[in-house]
Amino acid sequence: MENKGLNKVDLIFEKIDAKSTLEKAFAMPSDHIIQQVLESGLKGRGGAGFPTGLKWKYTAAEKDPEKYIVCNADEGEPGTFKDREILDKAAYKVYGGMAIAGRAMGARKGYIYLRGEYSFLLPQLYMELYKFHKLISDIGYDFNIEYRMGSGAYICGEESALFESIEGFRGEPRNKPPYPTTSGLFAKPTSINNVETLVTAMMIIEKGADHYVKLGTKDSRGSKVFSISGDTPIPGIFELELGMTVQEFVNAFGDGDTKAVQVGGASGFCVPRKKFAETIIGFEGVPTGGSMKLFNSSRSMYNVLHNYLDFFAEESCGQCTPCRVGCQQLLKGVEMVKKGDAKSAYLNELVKLADTMKIASKCGLGQSVGNAFKSIVENFREEVIY
Amino acid sequence: MYHTGNLVKDLAEKHGRKRESLMPILQDIVRKYNYLTDEAMVEVATELDISAAEVYGTASFYTFLDTVPRGKNVIRVCKTITCSMKGKIDIINAIEDTLRIKVGETTPDRMFTLLETNCIGWCHKAPAILINDMPYTDLTPESVVDIIKDYMRR
Repeated sequence: MENKGLNKVDLIFEKIDAKSTLEKAFAMPSDHIIQQVLESGLKGRGGAGFPTGLKWKYTAAEKDPEKYIVCNADEGEPGTFKDREILDKAAYKVYGGMAIAGRAMGARKGYIYLRGEYSFLLPQLYMELYKFHKLISDIGYDFNIEYRMGSGAYICGEESALFESIEGFRGEPRNKPPYPTTSGLFAKPTSINNVETLVTAMMIIEKGADHYVKLGTKDSRGSKVFSISGDTPIPGIFELELGMTVQEFVNAFGDGDTKAVQVGGASGFCVPRKKFAETIIGFEGVPTGGSMKLFNSSRSMYNVLHNYLDFFAEESCGQCTPCRVGCQQLLKGVEMVKKGDAKSAYLNELVKLADTMKIASKCGLGQSVGNAFKSIVENFREEVIY
Repeated sequence: MYHTGNLVKDLAEKHGRKRESLMPILQDIVRKYNYLTDEAMVEVATELDISAAEVYGTASFYTFLDTVPRGKNVIRVCKTITCSMKGKIDIINAIEDTLRIKVGETTPDRMFTLLETNCIGWCHKAPAILINDMPYTDLTPESVVDIIKDYMRR
């Protein structure tokens, strides 16, 4: 087990000269850009962790002359707020990353899907976008970005639901395959990347893949922006090297009484104190799109679980039965056990239901409800029952 | 109730009349009037040459595209775990006492609607609310009342 300890990094918010990085990227053959991103080992920063270089490579390989690069800024996972901060402080690097991605795979058009809750940012984002478009045309390159807004649906962070939403439909996830790289937005080859992923890609071009691979572990290269909240004296946004244990994280951010850390938001995993030392934060352990919530011993893990299930029951798009009915039944089920209307062994039935949802649900929402459910029920069974 | 006048036509000119123009048009109507009336949705359907059921079907999917009357200022209190841990209930009580309405209701003068919402991305500054597009964070029962009173004077 590779353990890097806790190290602060400054890549995402570091000020750079966008013009020189873009000129450097545009001077590179497109397969060199992709090669750099592949060599860096960068995995998607939205949470799912698909290798970014592969996504670009697949999209680049498509013959269709019309392709899109889409930036997923529908940051809705409970406890995640780093994309807002990145857009607030470094929008020019998000735009730059999109242009580089566009160059790498032959897309001239980009869309940013921004969650409605962040509408207040739009005036400054448009100002930055105006500057960016001017810079791009000064360089003599043809690339254009437009914003599209969400309207309060968590599910639209799922890539194909996001496309549906941009196209003017209900945000219901599509069947896969086909994957976005062959048929995405408007049925055209599309690479859809998280805000932080695009900025990181730009920094990889700026600094070189060889610089980037020095950070992190074999399975989790680089650094990551963490959104830290809950029972911590220093809530906020921190960029840290990947490869630390939950224990090291808690030592730095806990309040001395941390009993559990929810890694990856409502769709992530709950790590109890006894597993802090052995659990690595990253793709080899518990992955996260950035959300880190600390709970101290004054908190009821039943309340945490109930809050998450209530969240999913509301945010399930309702399209497929396992997720629509499953979320509601899990919520009802834990309420029944808590009230004593069902025996504690009923929790085992609910765990089976969560397993079924993982297999049978159409998209990541229903498939990941079981993560939090099972890790809380398994580690804090008494709190859920009594 | 409101009358859209030329708004829907103007928005169709601005955003286009394709299916992908639908969300931006609906969002702009809500920005101006805070909710969608049946009449407005039928007008949008006519402009885009799609059925009214398609417009309603799309609008009703999205929490922020309300199809029932809402006040001039829509207050959305985050109810997700961190805000909930950091005193969401006290914030709601303070707002309810000030406006004399419950969650889900609109004041009789149609100035405020009080709603709960899922995570709005301000967990590090919980508890947090949105009033229309504007976030307010690190709230206390006292500070939220001051903010509401400020909106009352507008």
